[in-house]
Amino acid sequence: MNKHSILLITYGHFEKNFLEQVAVDVSNEFQCRIDIEESHIELSEFYDSTRRQYDGNKLLEEIDSMFLSPDIKKIGIFRVDLFIPILTFIFGQAILNGNSGIASLYRLRNEHYGMPQDEELLISRLKKIIIHELGHTFGLLHCHNPTCVMLSSTYVEDIDQKTQKLCTKCKKLVD
Amino acid sequence: MVANISILIVDDEESVRDSLFNWFIEDGYQVDRAENAKQALSILESKDFDIILADIKMPGMDGLEMHRRIKAFNKNSIVIIMTAFASVSTAVQALKDGAYDYITKPFDPDDLSHLIRNAANQIALVSENESLKRKVVALENVEDLIGRSKPMIKVLKEVERVAQSNSPVIITGESGTGKELIARAVHSNSQRKFFPLVSVHCGALTESLLESELFGHEKGAFTGAMFNRKGRFEMADGGTIFLDEIATISTKMQIELLRVLETKKFVRVGGNKEIESDFRVICATNKDLKKMVNNGTFREDLFYRLNVVNIHIPPLRDRIEDIPLLVDYFITKYCTSMSRGIISIDKAVLHRLETYPFPGNVRELENMIERAIVVGNGKEIRKKDLPFEEDSITNHTESLEDLEKKYILQILSKYDWNISRSAKVLKVDRVTLYNKIKKYDLKRKKK
Repeated sequence: MNKHSILLITYGHFEKNFLEQVAVDVSNEFQCRIDIEESHIELSEFYDSTRRQYDGNKLLEEIDSMFLSPDIKKIGIFRVDLFIPILTFIFGQAILNGNSGIASLYRLRNEHYGMPQDEELLISRLKKIIIHELGHTFGLLHCHNPTCVMLSSTYVEDIDQKTQKLCTKCKKLVD
Repeated sequence: MVANISILIVDDEESVRDSLFNWFIEDGYQVDRAENAKQALSILESKDFDIILADIKMPGMDGLEMHRRIKAFNKNSIVIIMTAFASVSTAVQALKDGAYDYITKPFDPDDLSHLIRNAANQIALVSENESLKRKVVALENVEDLIGRSKPMIKVLKEVERVAQSNSPVIITGESGTGKELIARAVHSNSQRKFFPLVSVHCGALTESLLESELFGHEKGAFTGAMFNRKGRFEMADGGTIFLDEIATISTKMQIELLRVLETKKFVRVGGNKEIESDFRVICATNKDLKKMVNNGTFREDLFYRLNVVNIHIPPLRDRIEDIPLLVDYFITKYCTSMSRGIISIDKAVLHRLETYPFPGNVRELENMIERAIVVGNGKEIRKKDLPFEEDSITNHTESLEDLEKKYILQILSKYDWNISRSAKVLKVDRVTLYNKIKKYDLKRKKK
């Protein structure tokens, strides 16, 4: 069992069942305890009216400023569209070798791309983003193995191509 | 491959620098940041980057001007211009100045990813192209190895055998026997053949120049060191370094060389960063290194470090059966390069070449043939096209004693019978010269 534990912090409404499904697979991948916590912040403070998106860097800073034990990795889960100044959007981001990350399901929804709603696919994509960002907090870089969850994904089809699992090489690095 | 690609981000906005830095770090690139053009140029003085991502609008010097300055001293860097104020004219200007591409902020993650991946592929292609070009040149030159004589076949078999290992090789042989060609053949037949063969003629450089040539130097290390420069050991990474005339290097350089050969690590002149390079060393000399070790002019430890495999190339006079082959080869080579029809050689001339001792070995023969083609009639190489002096050596009726007598008399006359000077030229002591004068009954002609 990993000495770390993971805290999934949700901002906005998420179905309990939905979060539990995510927690099971994240726990399996990192072999550590997962806690889920619902939180509230004033998101308008992070809104950029010019871009009509939410600032991912500031949200990450906010999550990271929460004082918790250094053995706890925190991932903020959002429903809003995230950006960083240099990129048009992000699915998520994390502090490499740090304790915090963020993920959003805004651009993971099929409806965003004019496709029919698919809840199962949405959960699968979110799990991959969360595991990917957590991987960075454990010091993992992008992996070139096409099935590894640490493969860099710049659009949703990319996320669908890879599995939600770490490849043997990345797994070893986490262990 | 990604781990070897270095990226410099130049932007006056901290959030942009940090975002890009984190993005590239997660991809495994080596990344550095600069907040303006001045700082970037200063970083580039001490370190080379493969890709430079530069903002176009910055306080002070703008991205376009910085790009022009970078290109002035490093043509190989890929510069990508980025801006929040897209305009066709600036994009055209950037591309005209040789920028790799132009990208407008904010970037689509996929566009950025593709752009950098394409730039990395271009870097890999350029590097592969250079390495292949070097390989083609090396293979072309190896064709110059001509010989069917027993001693030469033995050398070629040795080349084939040692090429497979990574051991240091010393190639010995008289001047002009083709030591560098053998070094090339060893390299071209080894697993390092896709990497460079870097040659250094140690005898042609002073101690300080050789040090900077081998190890490289940092900017300002000495007067005239305007830029950072890679040394030959660094350039030979993955390949082979050929040190010609190794016997001429100073004692200080011998110590430095021994250390580098043992650790494969070194520091550039004026630098403090240790550089590692994976090279194979091949040396050549026309001197007797063992004798130099005994005399104390060559370090014993370095000798044993280098002398793992020794290939000795026989002089041309010991493989006269190769002379017709070499003559044919050089005739074809020079007639082709001078766009002339292939000419023949008179049989008597060929026989004359076979009896000539060739003190300058194959190089002398090659020069003779080239000269004969230039000055000849364009049909056949005749005796008068070759630079032989019709001296006493051509007269086969004279004995060794006759020749010695004639030569001593010639030298004595030249130096007006000054015994000390003549003895010095003849490299004998005065007593020996007196004995020879007495023996041959040599007498000074009265004026």
